[in-house]
Amino acid sequence: MSTSAAPVPEGPSGVGEGAPSALQRVFGALRAIPVVWYLTIVLWVWIAAINPLFAEPSGFLAYLKQAAPLAILAAGAFFVLASGEFDLSVGSLVTVCVVVAAAISDGDPSKTWPVIALLFVIGLIVGLINGVVTTIFRVPSFITTLAMLLILDGAVWLYTSGSPKGALADNFREIGRMGIEVPVIDQLPYSVIILVAIGAFSAWLMRRHFGRQVLAVGDNDRAAALSGINVTRVRITAFVLSALSAVIAGILLGGFAGVTAQVGQGLEFEAITAAVLGGTVLGGGRGSVINAMAGALALTALFSWLNLQGVSGAFEDAVEGVIIIAAVAVASYRLREGS
Amino acid sequence: MRKRWHLNRVLLLLVAFTAFAVFVSACGDDDGGDSGDSADSGNGGAVGLPEPNPDFFDQEEMDRQLAQRSMEPEDFGAGNDPWVQAIEPGELVDTSEYKKDGPWNICFSNASVDNPWRQTGWTTMQAEVELHDEIGNFEAVDAEASDEKQIADIRSLTKGGKCDALIVSPNTTATLTPAVERACKTGIPVIVFDRGVNTDCPVTFIHPIGGYAFGADAAEFLVENVPDGGKILALRILPGVDVLETRFSGALEIWKDANIELVGNEFTDGDPAKTKQIVSDYIQREGGLDGIWMDAGATAVAAIEAFEDAGQEVPPINGEDQLDFLRKWAEDDLTAIAPVYSNFQWRTPIIAATRILSGEPVPKEWVLPQPAITEDQLDDVIAQNEGMPPLHYALCGCEDMPGYPERWQG
Repeated sequence: MSTSAAPVPEGPSGVGEGAPSALQRVFGALRAIPVVWYLTIVLWVWIAAINPLFAEPSGFLAYLKQAAPLAILAAGAFFVLASGEFDLSVGSLVTVCVVVAAAISDGDPSKTWPVIALLFVIGLIVGLINGVVTTIFRVPSFITTLAMLLILDGAVWLYTSGSPKGALADNFREIGRMGIEVPVIDQLPYSVIILVAIGAFSAWLMRRHFGRQVLAVGDNDRAAALSGINVTRVRITAFVLSALSAVIAGILLGGFAGVTAQVGQGLEFEAITAAVLGGTVLGGGRGSVINAMAGALALTALFSWLNLQGVSGAFEDAVEGVIIIAAVAVASYRLREGS
Repeated sequence: MRKRWHLNRVLLLLVAFTAFAVFVSACGDDDGGDSGDSADSGNGGAVGLPEPNPDFFDQEEMDRQLAQRSMEPEDFGAGNDPWVQAIEPGELVDTSEYKKDGPWNICFSNASVDNPWRQTGWTTMQAEVELHDEIGNFEAVDAEASDEKQIADIRSLTKGGKCDALIVSPNTTATLTPAVERACKTGIPVIVFDRGVNTDCPVTFIHPIGGYAFGADAAEFLVENVPDGGKILALRILPGVDVLETRFSGALEIWKDANIELVGNEFTDGDPAKTKQIVSDYIQREGGLDGIWMDAGATAVAAIEAFEDAGQEVPPINGEDQLDFLRKWAEDDLTAIAPVYSNFQWRTPIIAATRILSGEPVPKEWVLPQPAITEDQLDDVIAQNEGMPPLHYALCGCEDMPGYPERWQG
């Protein structure tokens, strides 16, 4: 899970003292687990204490169903952040996907799969544009993707005047709302299956050449280029992955809530917050995609916990801001240590 | 060294988080939307009611509206069409000074078309214009839900005297009042409909009975159908809009003496995802809900789905005449009522404009009927609207208009 090695135990003289004891090995292993997992587990336990339904399979799966779109977005955000860039357009892309799907399919179940294919094509194009403008035209990604955010938002408004038309077909919505009938736990939501699949795929991708290249490019792109990595291709791929993750999240969210023109609002920041909470460094070069997804689980759990404390939704934005500041502070603290 | 720093950092985070957690638990608990003080269970036993917003709580107006629900309207047109009926019209306005030969130029400043109710109404209004040959030109501007834009729109429409009459659907009440007053001063007849403004200068103000009645209809239905001490969650779109605030005030008035518990009132921004999330959260928090009160029906289906997803039975709920809610109500055999904010009111301003420009009198305050859809009317309404899109409004009053049904099928 973590990319750092267990620290060498020190004796009182400050010199390595030979083979670590079993206890020291356990402590070493525990310390190597990133903070985000501790946070997540603590929150899960606390929530289950307040709301016993959470500890039951159906309750916990409902929570995962809610967290899945954000976790998928966090995975996409990780690839971009790790390569040293930002993608602020994912929220608007989610909205575009939901609005386009509703308008074109207009409730007709036979159109669902062609429409989904179209959404992936749109995502591919958006990701390519983001990537090409950032790498080949050398526009800072913050600006590129912010502009893309505005373009996509404007397009949605132009098309809908704020009120989306059409409807999502029942089979389209099933993906985000329903699941497979399974004995014992009643229903295994599709969104959870997709979440696990994306997690596995992302972890696999990070173990391959590409994963190492992404981290190398984020860490020092000049050094990466000099050592033969095609920085342009790596970064464009990262943007495409981010855009495709937005398409998947859009399909899940559209299924969950139905048609709305505000579904994607603020999601780009939630995704970045989740990734940073999971230990992804904003300058690039460090982090783990699984931890980024864990960050999304922690963030969703945190909001659930806040809700159970009786705090209204307006607080959530403030909480996100505090988290992102704290997480960045902790991360830069770590960087200064030079580990 | 590294070991110690790592440990310190983890400890620091845990301490910070615990402090945060204690802080949140301390000030969290009784929050629920923008409530004032929580009312104690006094006479009648209603628990958890906030103080009504004094800006949107007029006892006299409320009593008047509640009484108007059962009054017979007067006809201002042929037949029994509700969009040309007026309740308690009172003294009519003499419009002979505005009489003018056609063709007329009618101008319309629209607050927005950013929700399905307004989209349906806007389509209906455009069809109404086609029914009147004397209207030569109809110029409409969309303020895109921005007060500033609408103020500028009204100014540019009334400049240069190109309008024979101005219709305004204001975005917000207080902010648009000066702009409407300025428009009145240009000498053309101004017709306000839907949301109101705080001035008397328009020739007529067209609106259905009102928010107090809407909110009360829904609140009374819940009181009749929710068990004693039942938990009700109130969902509201946004604050500060008179037609919405008065609905909540109406509900509070009805619940004052009722044996229910209002567990929360939350703002949804009219967003189905947020609505669903809020309802799910409350279901988790309270273990279940006995009733849902909504100040508008566009997100009613999202609220219903929250119960379905939680595997719970849908409690008594109110929606509106949006077809997706009506169809779901019928399909799932729910206990529900649909108060309406008469969508057919989009026809009346055009009709009023033609009356005024012909010198015919109109009521100063044109109160349109506001018929709620109940269980027994449901099947007929659904049959009548077969093939219409889910975001269409059943009481559009548009069935006999040019272009029906294609024009309203998006």
